[in-house]
Amino acid sequence: MPQIFSKKANTYSRVSLFCLLALPAGAIMAGMAVTRGPAQTNVGMPLDQPVPFSHKHHVEELGIDCRYCHASVETSAKAGVPTTETCMSCHAHIWTNSPLLEPVRKSYETGVPIKWQKINKVPEFVYFDHSIHIARGINCNTCHGPIQDMHITWKGQYFFMRWCLECHREPEKYLYVNPRDPDKDPRQKAFDLYSLNKYGEDLTPIEWRNLEGSDLKFSKDQIAEGEKLVEKWGVKVKQLTDCWTCHR
Amino acid sequence: MAPKDPLQETFIEGSGNTYLSLQDSVGNLTLDQKRHNRFAWWFPFVLAFGMLQVMMLALTMLVFVGTGIWGINNPVGWGFAIINFVWWIGIGHAGTLISAILLLFRQQWRNSINRFAEAMTIFAVMCAGMFPLLHTGRPWVAYWLMPIGPNNLGMWPQFRSPLVWDVFAVTTYLTVSALFWFIGMIPDFATLRDKAKTFVPRFAFGMLSMGWRGASRHWHRYEQAYLILAGLSTPLVLSVHSIVSLDFAVSIMPGWHATIFPPYFVAGAVYAGFAMVLTLAIPVRKWYSLEHIITLKHIEWMAKIMLATGLFVFYGYICEAFFAFYSGNPFEKAMMINRMSGPYWWSYAALIFCNGLAPQILWSKKIRQNLPVLMVVCFIVSIGMWLERFVIVATTLHRDFLPSSWGMYFGTIWDWGLYLGTMGLFTFLMWLFLRFLPIINIFEVKELFYKMTGRHGAPKPAAAVAGAPEKVTADE
Repeated sequence: MPQIFSKKANTYSRVSLFCLLALPAGAIMAGMAVTRGPAQTNVGMPLDQPVPFSHKHHVEELGIDCRYCHASVETSAKAGVPTTETCMSCHAHIWTNSPLLEPVRKSYETGVPIKWQKINKVPEFVYFDHSIHIARGINCNTCHGPIQDMHITWKGQYFFMRWCLECHREPEKYLYVNPRDPDKDPRQKAFDLYSLNKYGEDLTPIEWRNLEGSDLKFSKDQIAEGEKLVEKWGVKVKQLTDCWTCHR
Repeated sequence: MAPKDPLQETFIEGSGNTYLSLQDSVGNLTLDQKRHNRFAWWFPFVLAFGMLQVMMLALTMLVFVGTGIWGINNPVGWGFAIINFVWWIGIGHAGTLISAILLLFRQQWRNSINRFAEAMTIFAVMCAGMFPLLHTGRPWVAYWLMPIGPNNLGMWPQFRSPLVWDVFAVTTYLTVSALFWFIGMIPDFATLRDKAKTFVPRFAFGMLSMGWRGASRHWHRYEQAYLILAGLSTPLVLSVHSIVSLDFAVSIMPGWHATIFPPYFVAGAVYAGFAMVLTLAIPVRKWYSLEHIITLKHIEWMAKIMLATGLFVFYGYICEAFFAFYSGNPFEKAMMINRMSGPYWWSYAALIFCNGLAPQILWSKKIRQNLPVLMVVCFIVSIGMWLERFVIVATTLHRDFLPSSWGMYFGTIWDWGLYLGTMGLFTFLMWLFLRFLPIINIFEVKELFYKMTGRHGAPKPAAAVAGAPEKVTADE
C-alpha cells in the first residue's frame, strides 16, 4: 500500500491544531457579536406600527409633554401606552380626514384598541418601575434613546442586565440637577430637556448625554455632584444591586 | 520460588502468549470488525440506542415544557437531577483512581483495565454533566454557570456557592480525563495504524496517532506527559466528589450538614465506580476472549477494593446516625428517626442492605471469583449507591423545618425516562468504544509481558505467571 499521508499532511495537521482552538474561539466571538448586535437586540431598528406615529413631530416639533400620553409614568410601574381616546383628544379636531389616521378613527368607533408593536421589553422576571426612576430625575432618554429624533420609534438601549447595573452600581454618575433651577423637583426635570434644547438653552455635558441617550465620559466634578445627590435623595446604593430590587 | 512483592505482581495468563498474540487479541477487536457481528455486541447496542431515544424524548419534553414535568415541587426542590448527577460522577471515579492513583503507586495490574475504566469515566461524566445543565430548565443559558468575562449580565457567578465549585470541578475533571485517555491511546493508535490493512482505519488511526513513530524521544515525552497528567488527576479523584458532597454539606439542612460528607462521598464514588467497572469487565472479557489479560486476579482485586470502599461507606452511614443522636440537635434526631422509620423507611432499609450488607459476602474468596454472583453484587451496589443519594435528598427535604409544608417526593415518568436514557447514552458510547477503539492498553500489556518473560518471550521462572494455564484464546 502507498503512503497514506504525504508531506502536506504535516501542514494540515498543524493547521487543524490551530483550528481546533481558533474555530471555537471564533464561533464564540461571532456568537457574542450577534447577541450584542441590532439583529438580536433590535436597538436602532424602527418597527412597523399600525399608525406611523412620530415622536419627533409630537415631542420635538409640537412640544407635547411626555406625560400627556404616557400618563401613569410618574405614579406607576408602567408608563402606559395612550388609549385611542388620548389620540382622539386632538385628532377629533385636527387631521380629521388624514388617511394615515384611519386605524385610530376605526379603533375609536369600534372600541378595539390599536395593536401597537412593543418596542421596549424587559423579561417577565424583571420588575422595572418607571415611577421611582422618574422621581429621581432619570431622564426618559437615558433608557429610551434620543426619542425627540425618532420619526418611527426604535429601541434606544439594549436593556442587558449589564447595562442596568451600570447605573445601579454607580448611580452618582447618572443623577443630576437642572443647574438653572437646582431646587426644582427632580421629577419635573426628567421631561424638560427637549424644550430647553429647543429654546436654545446651553445644555451641560450630562444633559447632552441624557438627551442623546448616549455614553459619554464622566467628569470628576459631575460625579462629586452626583454623590451629593445620592446623599440628598436618600438613594440606598447597596440595595440597588440586591437581586430582589428588580427580580423580587 | 523467590518471594514476590505482591505490589509488583504482573500477570498475563496462559502459556503460548507472544507479543504478537497479545497485541492481536486487543487490536483485532478494532481492526477485524466482523468480530462484532454477534448478538453480544448488537443486542446491548440496539437496546442502548433505544434507551438513548427515550433520553432524547425526555430532553425534548423538558426543553419545551420545563422542569414542571419532573416530580420536584415544594418541599423537595432537588430531585432526580442531583441524585443522578452524583451517581454518575461517582461512577466515573473508579476510572481515575485506576489510571492515576494506581499508576503513581506503580500497580502494574492496572495496565489491563485502565483504558476501559478511563473510557467509563469520560462517558459517566458526560452523563452526569447533563443534569446540572438541565435542572435549571433553561439549558440555553448554561454558560451563565461559567465565569465568562465580558457578559451581558454584568455579573459573575456566585463564587461562594458550591454549585459553582461543582462547575469548575467537573469541567476540570472531564478535561483532564479526556486528555489522559487520549494521550494514553496515542501509541496504540500507531500500532493499529501500522497493523491496519485497509485505507479507512489506516487513515483514521494515522490521524489520531499524530505522527507517532515510537522513537525514544516520543516515548520520553509520552512518559513525562502521562506522569504529569496522572499527577493532575490524582487530586481530582478526591476533590471532585468532595466538592459534590459540599453541595449538600455547606447547607444547614439536617442530614446534610456533616463534616464526614466529603470522605464518605469519595469512598462511595470509588465503590460505585468499581462496581461499574466490574459490571462491564466481566461480560466483555468473556465475550471478547480477553480472560488472559483481564484475569481472575484482576477481578478479585477489584472486588477487594469494592469491599474496602464499601466498608468506608458503611462506616459513613453509621457515623451519620451516630452524629444525629450524639449531637442532641432535635432536628438532626428527628430527621434520622424519620429516615429510618418514616415514609421512606424502605429506601433506607434497601440502602443498608445494598451497600452495607450485601457486599460483605465478598470476604469469601470463592465468591470473589464466582463471576455471576460478583455480577449480582455489583448490580446491587450500583442500585445501592443510587439509593444512597435518593435517601440523602428525599428524606432530608421532604420533611423540612415547617411541618405544614411536608410532602412526599417521587420521580415522574420523565424523571425515570431521563435517568434510563442516560444509561442508554452511557452504554451506547461504551459499546462504540468497544468496537472502534483499543479497549486495553496494548503497549502496556506488552510491557508487562516483557517484565514477565524478557526480550525473547521466554518465560522467566521467578515471575512466571499466576493462575493455572488456560486455553490460549488470543489468536482467533
